[in-house]
Parts: sequence; C-alpha cells; structure tokens
Amino acid sequence: MVYALVVLILTTVLYGGAMAQSGCSDALTSLFPCLGYLTGGSSSPTSNCCDQFLTVVHSSPECLCMVVNSKENSFSGFSFNRTLALNLPTVCNVQTPSPSHCKESNIEEGENQNKLEVAPALISVHPSQKSVAVTVGSDLRVFDLIEKCPVTLVDESDVPSRKESIRAIRYSASGKLFVSAGDDKLVKIWSAESWRCLITVCSEKRVSAVAISSDDLHACYADKFGVVWVVELDGINEGEVVASKKGASLLSHYCSIITSLEYSPDGRYILSADRDFKIRVTVFPKKPLEGAHEIQSFCLGHTEFITCIAFISTPELTQGYLMSGSGDSTVRLWDITSGSLLDTCEVSTMAGHLVSNETEPPTQVTVTDICGIPNSSFAAVAIQSFQGILLLSCDLSAHTLSITKVIKIPGESFIPTSISVSTSTKLLWMVSGASNLPGSNHPGFSRVRVMSCTDTESFPILEDEQIPGGTKLLEQLQGKVAIEESVMSAAAEAVRAAMSSLLMKKQYSEEKREFRKRTRNDKKTT
Amino acid sequence: MDSETKSTFSKSTGLPRKRFYRARAHSNPLSDSHFPIPIAPSHVDFSLHFPKVIEADNKISKKIEFADIGCGFGGLLISLSTLFPDTLMIGMELRDKVTEYVKERILALRKTSSEGQYENISVVRTNSMKYIPNYFEKGQLSKMFFLFPDPHFKEKNHRRRVISTHLLDEYAYVLRAGGIIYTITDVEELGEWMKACLEKHPMFESLTQEELDLDPVVELLCSATEEGQKVARNGGQTFRAIFRRIAYAS
Repeated sequence: MVYALVVLILTTVLYGGAMAQSGCSDALTSLFPCLGYLTGGSSSPTSNCCDQFLTVVHSSPECLCMVVNSKENSFSGFSFNRTLALNLPTVCNVQTPSPSHCKESNIEEGENQNKLEVAPALISVHPSQKSVAVTVGSDLRVFDLIEKCPVTLVDESDVPSRKESIRAIRYSASGKLFVSAGDDKLVKIWSAESWRCLITVCSEKRVSAVAISSDDLHACYADKFGVVWVVELDGINEGEVVASKKGASLLSHYCSIITSLEYSPDGRYILSADRDFKIRVTVFPKKPLEGAHEIQSFCLGHTEFITCIAFISTPELTQGYLMSGSGDSTVRLWDITSGSLLDTCEVSTMAGHLVSNETEPPTQVTVTDICGIPNSSFAAVAIQSFQGILLLSCDLSAHTLSITKVIKIPGESFIPTSISVSTSTKLLWMVSGASNLPGSNHPGFSRVRVMSCTDTESFPILEDEQIPGGTKLLEQLQGKVAIEESVMSAAAEAVRAAMSSLLMKKQYSEEKREFRKRTRNDKKTT
Repeated sequence: MDSETKSTFSKSTGLPRKRFYRARAHSNPLSDSHFPIPIAPSHVDFSLHFPKVIEADNKISKKIEFADIGCGFGGLLISLSTLFPDTLMIGMELRDKVTEYVKERILALRKTSSEGQYENISVVRTNSMKYIPNYFEKGQLSKMFFLFPDPHFKEKNHRRRVISTHLLDEYAYVLRAGGIIYTITDVEELGEWMKACLEKHPMFESLTQEELDLDPVVELLCSATEEGQKVARNGGQTFRAIFRRIAYAS
C-alpha cells in the first residue's frame, strides 16, 4: 500500500514538473526504488535501486544532469538529499559519464541563447531620399528628409508590434510602401507617406527577410523554416486599415533559414538565398497565391551561408546581374537565367590586413551587406569586423567583379551592420549598431554615417553636419549622438557572434557526439 | 577472393550480409548534415561512382538519368541496372549504414558478374530533401523513384514527408519534360497524400492505364524492393501514384 502510494506521488510530481525535459520523466520515475535511500530513509540503496540506476545511466545519461544541475535539494518539488544522490554511482558501483558533460552542454546552450537575441541595426533609405528608416531591436525610427523632422508611426491595427527584434526593413521600389518584420512574427506594411500601418500579416514563424514586388501588388516574406509566403497588396489605400491577414505559401527551401529575398529588376523572378549555400531563382507566377512552382535556376558556388543578394544594373543593361555575399568571404556574380557563376571576388585578402585593432584577424570574413550603386557599375560592400566599405566594380560585358577601392571610415570604430543607397542622390547610408548587447543595460544603440557616391573618384564620408537632416536626424535615428567607442566595437563583435551562431553549421567534437550517441535507441542492443 | 575473408560478407554469394548493417528504420531529414555535399552538380565526381563507364567513355558525356530517392537496401537499383544497362542511375539514402551496405553490395555484384554488369549503378549518402539541386542539373533526370517512403503519420511531422507540394517544385526542376515520377507505399494515408500532392501540382500529370501497363518499371516497384517484398509476403495492399512531368509555362 505504502509502496503504491510512493509510486503514485513520485509519478505525479515528476510528470507535473518535468514534462518539458524530453522524456526524462520516465527515466527518473524508474528510479523510485531509490527513494528510500535518497530521502535519507535507509542508509544504503537496495539492489533494485542500483539496477534501475544502471539502466538509466545506460539509456538516458543526460537525464542525470538534471539532478547534477539542481541547485537545491529538490527537483520539481520532489525533495531529496543531493549529496546522497551524487554519491549513488559510488555506493552502487556504477560507472557514470563525467558530470562535467552536463555543465559543458548547459553553458553552451546558455551562450547561444544570448547571442541569438543580439540583432544588428538595419537601415533603409527611400529611393528618392524622402525619408530614412533605422531599426535597432524592436525600435523603428524614421526621419522625414523633406520636412526635416522625425516621423511618428501610426499603428492602429488589431495586432500591435511586440517587443522583439525587427530583422528586415525595406522600401518598395516605387517608394510608396515600407515593410518591417522580424522576431515578433508580424509583417507590417506601412504607407511611406502617412506612415500608417496599412496591413499587418501574422506569420507562424519568425520572419527573416522581406520583399515587395516592383508594382507594389505583392509582398513576400521568408520565415526561419525556409518557407516564403506571399500576400496581395491590391486594394490597400491610404488611411484605410485592413484587418490582419495571413500569407499563402509561395515556395520553400527545405528547412533552411532564408537570409535574403529579392525581386529581379524586371519583376519576372523572385530570388531567395539561404544558409545552405544556395540561391534559388523562381519564376514569379501570375497567380502567386497558388504557389511558385517553376524554378528557373539555382545559383550554386558559395561554400558557406549566403548573407545578402543585390542586383547591379546600368541603363544599357536593365536586366542586370546578381551579386551575392557570403560567410565564405567572397562576393560572387551570377547570371540568374542559367544560374551560372560568372566571377568570384575574394574579399578576405583585401580586408584581411585592414582589420584594425582586432586581436587576431579572422581567416574567413563574412560579407554583411551589398548595395548596387544605381546607374553605375559599382557596388558597395560591408564586411564583418572591417571599419569601412569596399567598392567593387563590375564589368558587365567581360563578366568580372573586382575590388576598385577600399574606403576606410576615419575616427571612431564604425563597422557597418547595414547599408542602403538612394537612387536619386547616390548617397550611401550606413548604420552600425546592435540591440540586446550582453552585459549592457542599454536596449540598443546605432550610429549612422553617410558616404557620397556621386564623385566616383573620392567617395567622401560626410561629416555629421553635412548629412541631410543634420544633428536632428542623428538624434532621431541614433537616440543619442555621442556613443562610446568601446560599445561600438563590442556591438560589432556581438553581431558577428550572433550571426555565426545562427547561420554556421555547428561542429561537435568527436567526444561529444559519442556522448550524445549513448542516448540513441539503436545503440541499446549492441 | 578477399571478400571471403571478411566476415561481413556471405561465403556463398560473396554479397554483404544485411545483419551487419542494421540501421534504424527512420532518420531525421531536418537535422543538420555532417556528410560532404557537392557544391554544385559539376563538382560530383563520376569516376568514383561509375569507373568502368567513364573509362570506356573517356569523357563524361553521359549523365545520371535515374534517381532512386531513399533507395534503402538497393533492390530496385539492382533490378533496373540490368533492365536499362546503358543508363546511369544513382540511389540516394540518408542512413549511413544502409548506404554503406548498398555500396558494398554493388561492388560485390560487379565483382561476381561475368558480363561486366552493374557498372551503371551507384549510391550516395545524402539528404535528398535538401540537396537535390547540388547533384542534378535542370532537366537532367528522366525517372525518379520514391518507393515506400517514411509515412510520418503525425500532422506535426508531415513536413518531413519526402513528397510535398514544395519539394515537388524541386523534383520538377531536375526532371525533364516527359520524365516520370514513381511513388508507392503500403500506407493508405500516405498514398492519398502523395497522389493529392501530384494531382495538385501544375507540372505533373497522371499516366493513363495503358501507359502503366506498357511500362516495364511499374511492376518492379513492388517486386524488386525489399519493402515491397515484405508487403507482398504479408499480403498487404500498396498504393501507387505515377505521374509525368509536363512542359509548363506560367
């Protein structure tokens, strides 16, 4: 009777508290014969207890970590003597994996959690430079460059933005619409004139990239599981707030994070780049809500995750070519109709010796952002941990891509996390910053700089006073004007760490894999 | 023969013995892969897969035309090999031990065959749900096989199924117009799912009964594979969906 009661209590307690611990409740429940010993009731464990313990050690050693890691003498409300519990292997004479395995895996997961929350600051400028938008974390800041005043966003939709990082912002090519999306699983389409939220689209997963078709009729967004969704935008008007919508699935990269979405300049194709090294070129269908089934090509050649894609085109060649930046420290040039690789531009050699005041220059650098400079054969490239911009020149007839200029940004350590160019003024807007920095109580910060691309000889970096909008703009977009240097470099490093932990494939040591394999069911019989 | 000295090979047939390649029945297609993946189709080294064919041909003019996705223990490949001796075909399998078995099986068959057979088949360990475009060019394949795939019953796991509307886009990309996709299962629910996905897809059309009767491959679907034989032994039902890739202009 007492026996049955104990089982009942133990089962209830464990199931109540530890369901989330992936199957450990079963394993720990099987240890009920040890209860007498663990609570100090009997001086030595029964042989039944030792047998069960041995089984758990062999079948699910990771469950024992829960006991090792419990700080108090209780676990999920069930109290025991922790010292006695840790002594169980000795008294039962059972060999267990070293408890250090538990610590190791836990610390690692904790670190990853922190890194993921760090989001880089993003910038986007209106095609005719009517306004400019910066986002840091969940903050979306817009400055009106015509009226020279900060913009107040009006969001009267039924689902307001939540306090989670925005991961993608951009203007539509026409400059009428603006879209923002991110970890709050909401895609918000704003009017770029009245700055009212016109449509809110609810995504099932976190959103990693967005694009608006050149005719302003469709918006696409990609989630972290590799699905690209589409919503129709026709029928939206100024001042009319549409109820929240849901997207229709357009295409899918099988379970891979999509890092960038782009329409081709002629609007025929939708391009999606992912962390599995590939770019998919899909024909954008007439009826997108029924899915995009016709794949034009795959652009394959990168040897690491792809971070950004952008088109380069001139008045003579409106179709243009595609450029892509990657974690393999290259920018590549593609012909999207065939998917063939035209040229590869190695950027690590150039940036390698320029990496300033870092302890050791990384062998592989990640390209963070690319911007084609309108109506020219130049492209601006931002590189992780490089204080400045690389200018690439593309020979569209010879199909080559080469570095023509390295522009260092003087003074403070300014490493751009995002860049954007306006079509009309040829000013390159750059932002550096991050949100949720570990060890900082600041929610996030950003620093905005501007480079002029009108003079293709010098590419001067504008002083703060020369920037359109001046200090008023900086106050709105940066929050505060003066930012300590140490914070800037810490942010750049945090962004780099967050990006590689998100996009790079995890490498596990042989030892760790062996340890994990112990829990595999098919190994039990051997 | 050195295979006789190896205990994992059968003494009578010279073929590898399955019990030394025991593997789990399922594998998670969503997990990060830790095996080498070719950067692009042009990076696949054919000389490793089809040494005799390449030798005879001197240059790689031939391309792989048949792909058996989730080839399991390779029964279908081996039957197809003699039926289409001039066609290169490859099996793709996610489970490493099973791939290893098929590789040894093909090597042993090549060795024991007197007429230089089985030189046109090979196997590769990969996750075909993720890396199909890394192996085949646009319109390279004329036949694709999905025989007795993992049913993934739970709705939450439906996205792990090897046939889905979105994955069919990729299969349509590697199949040429007129190419045929063969699916079969002993799970009614999955059979309906695969058929529905194919019917819904604008780039596939169903084969007519006469076409099915004329196609010698159709009867192999059940008889050649290990899974198919198991179903036949148990007197189970099978559900087929065989569709053609059609030319399409959106």
